[in-house]
Amino acid sequence: MTGALAGALWSYWRRAPLQLVSVLVGLALATALWSGVQAINAEARASYDAAARTLGEGQFDQLVPRIGKDLDQEVYLRLRRAGWQVSPVIEGRLAQGGGRIVGLEPLTAPGNLVPVTAPDGTSTIDLASFLQGTLALAAPNEVRRMADATGLDVVAMPGVAAGIVVMDIGTAQKLLDRSARITRMVVSPNQPTKVLPIATIAPEVLVRAASDGSDVGQLTGSFHLNLTAFGLLSFIVGLFIVHGAVRLSFEQRRGLVRSLRAMGTPMRAVVVGMALEIVLLALIGGTSGIVLGYVLAGLLLPDVAATLDGLYGASVADQVQLRASWIVAGLGMALAGALAAAASGLWRIAHLPVLASALPQAWVGRGSRQMRSLAWIAFVLLITAGLSLGFGSGLLMGFGGLACLLIGAALALPPLLQAGVGWFGRRSRSVLGQWFWADTAQQVPGLGLALMALMLATATNIGVSTMVSSFRLTFEAFLDQRLAPELFVQVETEAQALAIEGLPVALVSEVLPLRSVDARVMGQDATVFGVRVGKTYQQDWQLLSHVPDPWRTVQSGQGAVINEQLSYRLEIGAGGLLELMPGHSVLVAGIVADYGNPVGQVILEEQAFTALYSAPSPRRFGLRSHDPDALRRVLLSDLGLPAGAVTDQRQIKSFSLEVFDRTFSVTAALNVLTLGVAGFAMLMSLLTLGAQRLPQVAPVWAMGVTRRYLGWLELVRALALAGLTVVLALPLGLALAWVLLAVVNVEAFGWRLPFFLFPGAYLALALAACLAAFCAALWPAWRMSRVPPAQLLKVFANDR
Amino acid sequence: MIARCLIVVLSWIMAEGAAAQGFGGLGTAAEGFAIPDSSYRMVFPDDHGPHPDFRIEWWYLTANLTGQDGASYGVQWTLFRSAFAPGSQRGWTSPQIWFAHAAATSANAHYVAERVARGGIGQAGVTAQPFEAWIDDWRLYGADFDTLKVTAQGDDFSYDLDLKTNSPLVLHGKNGYSVKSGQGQASHYYSQPAYEVSGQLNLPSGPIKVTGHAWLDREWSSQPLALDQKGWDWFSITLENGQRLMAFQLRSDGRVPYTSATWIAADGEVQTYGDGQVTMDPIAMSDVAGKVVPTGWQLKLPDRGVDLNVKALNPSAWMEVSVPYWEGPVLVDGSHAGVGYLEMTGYQ
Repeated sequence: MTGALAGALWSYWRRAPLQLVSVLVGLALATALWSGVQAINAEARASYDAAARTLGEGQFDQLVPRIGKDLDQEVYLRLRRAGWQVSPVIEGRLAQGGGRIVGLEPLTAPGNLVPVTAPDGTSTIDLASFLQGTLALAAPNEVRRMADATGLDVVAMPGVAAGIVVMDIGTAQKLLDRSARITRMVVSPNQPTKVLPIATIAPEVLVRAASDGSDVGQLTGSFHLNLTAFGLLSFIVGLFIVHGAVRLSFEQRRGLVRSLRAMGTPMRAVVVGMALEIVLLALIGGTSGIVLGYVLAGLLLPDVAATLDGLYGASVADQVQLRASWIVAGLGMALAGALAAAASGLWRIAHLPVLASALPQAWVGRGSRQMRSLAWIAFVLLITAGLSLGFGSGLLMGFGGLACLLIGAALALPPLLQAGVGWFGRRSRSVLGQWFWADTAQQVPGLGLALMALMLATATNIGVSTMVSSFRLTFEAFLDQRLAPELFVQVETEAQALAIEGLPVALVSEVLPLRSVDARVMGQDATVFGVRVGKTYQQDWQLLSHVPDPWRTVQSGQGAVINEQLSYRLEIGAGGLLELMPGHSVLVAGIVADYGNPVGQVILEEQAFTALYSAPSPRRFGLRSHDPDALRRVLLSDLGLPAGAVTDQRQIKSFSLEVFDRTFSVTAALNVLTLGVAGFAMLMSLLTLGAQRLPQVAPVWAMGVTRRYLGWLELVRALALAGLTVVLALPLGLALAWVLLAVVNVEAFGWRLPFFLFPGAYLALALAACLAAFCAALWPAWRMSRVPPAQLLKVFANDR
Repeated sequence: MIARCLIVVLSWIMAEGAAAQGFGGLGTAAEGFAIPDSSYRMVFPDDHGPHPDFRIEWWYLTANLTGQDGASYGVQWTLFRSAFAPGSQRGWTSPQIWFAHAAATSANAHYVAERVARGGIGQAGVTAQPFEAWIDDWRLYGADFDTLKVTAQGDDFSYDLDLKTNSPLVLHGKNGYSVKSGQGQASHYYSQPAYEVSGQLNLPSGPIKVTGHAWLDREWSSQPLALDQKGWDWFSITLENGQRLMAFQLRSDGRVPYTSATWIAADGEVQTYGDGQVTMDPIAMSDVAGKVVPTGWQLKLPDRGVDLNVKALNPSAWMEVSVPYWEGPVLVDGSHAGVGYLEMTGYQ
């Protein structure tokens, strides 16, 4: 019997190959986008973890410089001579984007930091060559690249993170041209009994606890969240396709089910059989999706890796590895999604009375009652979304609200479209026009799911590109603000510092000493800056909120400007009091945006800074000048500074923006893909509908409208519906963008991005969506124009 | 980790396939390194300092101490220099590696710590005048070699001791040229066996004031073991009548061990005994760290009428360091009574 049942169920798909393709392709596309994105994220995370392991972060406490980027090696010796079991590390970048150098000292490094020993204690590399500086280690697929970049004999070592070449500290110092400098120290978990506190021996270092995690994870979180959001929304869009096709297949098999049951097949067997069928389809579709996702991730990863490297200095392997995590998750999502899509169909089949009508329920002609209930559910979901986003707090609440918003909006689409089409119908004067709108209205329920998919895809694209573009604009403004000085100069000696301060006003309009210390402010990690308040700060710095005349308050030494993150964390706004040291508080004069920075920032006036923190006199300066080129010449020739000590602000800015724009290439690729998926959904729905709509079209044809004209009308209808959908998608997309920028970002990262509108981009997206719908409608329209007249005539012969 | 790394350092520096080349690879050939020379005459204080052209060298202090509680204790402080190429250099590229072991032993506890450092950056080293041997915060130092302080600490113990002597240095073998095998392997070897010690030992149970005496060995070579020599048993014994005995044997598979001894009279007069004149035989075995190690010995030097029973104060004095070995204080009776230190290497 099982065989017969299986044969009966399969016979349906054999007769409707298009629907089978639709289900499989829908599942494959949904799974592909989701698992592709997950594969990228998993790869990135694995790379961060490997990098953190290579550097001993997360495993051991670290000693980092309190001020500046590195330390004199003498600090290491001082700590060792005092008994502290620490090991020096130097990090730096290779020239020409060759990757990152990590220099370690294998004899003192704790744990398995230096992969010079295999787990059984035997040597895996020639340690003498390592210590003598001829040997380095890199990930197996980067051996050649790193060997070329460093000129060393590079050996493959699977534990080494992507983009990193590990070598002896002495070799690294030489390659980086930073003799006797170290970036940090790793603290061994075992320390002798009597040692003086680190702060007493080496006040120039800060202890960063192992549990603080890696900076990279925090920094890149926002980027990965974007990718995940994209993947999830694509998945939902794909599921709409599956849902439509599966529902249709169930509805159309009511007759079959009735016959099977009439012949004595138990209901259980039928339901289980159909459920198994769905599982099988999900596995086939899901597996192809994972293969596609793997290919997709492989295509996108190099760009993503370049972006992450440039934007955050995070090294990510540029090859995707098959990882159980995302494969299992992808298959699971495909299964769960397909079953969810089939649940209501199965439920209905299970409750179908044996003698119920065998006629397929007019899938196309769902009553207005259903529309009303849809509208109600949508209304409740949207209200819930509004409440949770408006009054809720926490990241989960944000995502929950987001889900309610999207589903609510999708459910509200058919009633709204119905209303829109009705409005056009009432305005239409011609008979054919009225028929057109009435017929369109009748198709809305049938096309509903495909149109929802289109709307979600369009809205997602609007939302995400608004976020990315807003971020870009903000980032640009932020760069302008932070990189206001035309030149940045690093000096070595007090004399050079004095010479910088003494440059003629004609050449330098403003000298901005750059001084900072890392400190803890009211229990939070923060960098405290001492700045010279002048025109640059007063005019160029945009504050998010501030007290009246904020910079004057800072100038008086009574106030400080803090970054948004710190303000959120300490829950102190402009006008509040910030306790810098026990018993010493300043007024928060303003809050400044500070994107991508995980730690707090406090900006004080120079004198106030010096009075509180014993930082050395400034060695870095920002110089404002009308003629940066002339200034640069003076600095190099008259002051004798090396070329590397003077950095042009334009270089930094263009590099940062170029890097940022690479992010767009990934976003753009995902845009095209989601719209493609939505277009496919549309195509499938139109094809399915086309076959069922002959009874509606045949009378119109009989009254003299040519098939060709009917075909044209199909195209126009698809465009009209897509157009209306896109119009409705715009507010949804903007709402989505707002939620991402103002709720999710704030909850996740502690800063709020300002909201910008990009009408041109929206227009382009709308056109792209319409184009997708148009392309989807081409084939069904062509088929309509070619329906054999005999088939149309049969409608009257078979009239039910 | 330090332990593991050091295995690598040692096994590279000293051996490929250490099994066939003596304990810690000390039997490896000495390409490029200086070779001990029987005509060499030691010059002090210069020879208290390092000899970077030789492959290995050590400053080896052991002390037999008595606490204010009357209990016996032993303390070890050893600094090793080991080079993978001859010569010294400033900076990280120096081929010199330093490592050190410190231990404190009582009748029922044994505490060990180890340190490793690269040469060339100042983290470890030795200067002859004023004398200082250091690695991290561990130091053996003083204005001259007769008045020293020694300090070291591990995770669970530490000590600070003052050392004082007016006895002459003892040169072993012929003018300090100490032969180690029938094939002629040798080292330069001298000792200061007669330091008076006072100071403090800090154990997890609390601080203990201690007094006693210490023995400092200095030795450098490039290939002190013959290829087939597996390890050694080395004794430094101070008898109650003020006489002292240094004796060692180097064991080979299937051959009679190579022995050597130095007798130091109470007035400092020295007599050297070559291969076969001193004998040492295990009389008690202990199971330590999964190995069977002789912790009781019969030591005979017939020429001096010496027949000693040597017994470990704490048989579990296993040095669990990168290249593990046994080292601890011993109690002596038989023809003479006394105390001393025993070092045993190469027991698998």
